[in-house]
Amino acid sequence: MRLRPTLYAATGLLLFLAFWEAAPRLGLVQSSLLPPPSELPKAFLREFRSGLWAKYVALSLNHYVLGFIVGAGLGTLLGVFSGMSLKLEWSLAWVVRMLRPIPNLAWAPFAIIWFGVDQANAIFIISIGVFWIAFFAAHGAIRSVDRDLVEVADAFGFRSAPERLVKVLLPAATPGILIGLRTALGQAWMAVVAAELSGVSGLGSRMMQASSLLATDIVVVYMLTMAALYGIMDAGFMFAQERLLKWKP
Amino acid sequence: MEAVSLNPTPIIQIKGLGLAFEQDGRRTEVLRGLDLDIAAGEFVAIVGASGVGKSTLLRVLMGLATPTSGTVATAPDPQAERPMAMVFQDARLLPWRRVLANVMFGLEKTALPKEARIARAQEALKLVGLAELAGRWPHQLSGGQRQRVALARALAVRPAILLMDEPFSALDVVTREALQDELVRIRAETGRTILFVTHDIDEAVYMADRVVALGGRPGVMRSARAIDVARPRRRGSIALSEIAQDVRLDITAEHRDPDFSI
Repeated sequence: MRLRPTLYAATGLLLFLAFWEAAPRLGLVQSSLLPPPSELPKAFLREFRSGLWAKYVALSLNHYVLGFIVGAGLGTLLGVFSGMSLKLEWSLAWVVRMLRPIPNLAWAPFAIIWFGVDQANAIFIISIGVFWIAFFAAHGAIRSVDRDLVEVADAFGFRSAPERLVKVLLPAATPGILIGLRTALGQAWMAVVAAELSGVSGLGSRMMQASSLLATDIVVVYMLTMAALYGIMDAGFMFAQERLLKWKP
Repeated sequence: MEAVSLNPTPIIQIKGLGLAFEQDGRRTEVLRGLDLDIAAGEFVAIVGASGVGKSTLLRVLMGLATPTSGTVATAPDPQAERPMAMVFQDARLLPWRRVLANVMFGLEKTALPKEARIARAQEALKLVGLAELAGRWPHQLSGGQRQRVALARALAVRPAILLMDEPFSALDVVTREALQDELVRIRAETGRTILFVTHDIDEAVYMADRVVALGGRPGVMRSARAIDVARPRRRGSIALSEIAQDVRLDITAEHRDPDFSI
């Protein structure tokens, strides 16, 4: 019975690949516009043997990891504090409303002026994308901690803000914070491509390069590379989350 | 038995206690002019309808609410390590801690080394009969077990007074009666002073040395009756039923409440 969802998922994927393979072969689209999946291993090997694949993946992973850590770290930190302090929440309300709707790519001109065409440029843009997700998740998670549990901390003498944070707020808010971080984990990959379009070397810049040469097979190779990297990270994240949330029924 | 009233220095002395709060410009008085002395080792039950200020009284004693008038004086108890500890109606265990770690919670405020805290928590769990469940998560426990863990958590910090806020009211009758007997036994073993809030008059009369009846809005003390019935007591005995009936009348006796006179 447990096999059934997997069976359907595999069938769905196979049908998708079959349709993809058939479309250019039957002449529905030109194969230069949509390379069939059977041509991809060849393209991947070419890209891999030249050493470009490893180079760009390493560069992008670096942007991704640092951007995620900076953005998620700062976002969670500020979210936790503003969740704990009503005065901070009020103070930030309009600032958040002003900055929140700005797409992270709109910061690209500033990123170039401030950091040049450099790693820091991409890290900055990625971290902005991640920041808001982490901020709102952490803020909401802290705000919705059961007041009764906070009262238990009070009753047993943990009344200072740091004591409350460590003894009750943070452990109680962990599930909510993690949901935000998981969303951010996916969002950060989208930000990687966007950030690297401005010229910082990485998967994004390589894809732009390839597409300007109409090497669509290379573009697709990197699309699938990203999907695979995201899949691995998400699985790793779920594994860590399960360990952290062992106490959940 | 009579040591209660002969004890010259009460462990807690409540004088003229009142509490009111303001909401949307309207002042609501919850408690008014409460005088109550509790002797060391005494088991006092407070009964009354919902909204009469029973829980508020406990919250004031615990320092979770500030009284508008009156004073609370506590005499230091050399045998206790903390003045008070509380058991809430809904257990309120921390779901991310296993049973043992939940019982250790209050001890983390003390300077005890970890081994001593573990030993103390295990001892408290044994006292409530749950030693073998130390490694469970709270969500794996029944309602009664959860309430026992909450009791162990409060006992572990060795409080001078154990405050209990309707701790058994959400349990089924069988579990509730089992826990009542358990509490009476634990009290006999540890000699703790207990202030027990409940709306169940029979429960109060069955367990307590003295039953304080609150009534009216704001809540005022209607009576404080010593339960001079030898232990072990028999649930529903004529002696207890008669006292319970008196307490019932105390609570509903409207002429004693100045607010009800026209």
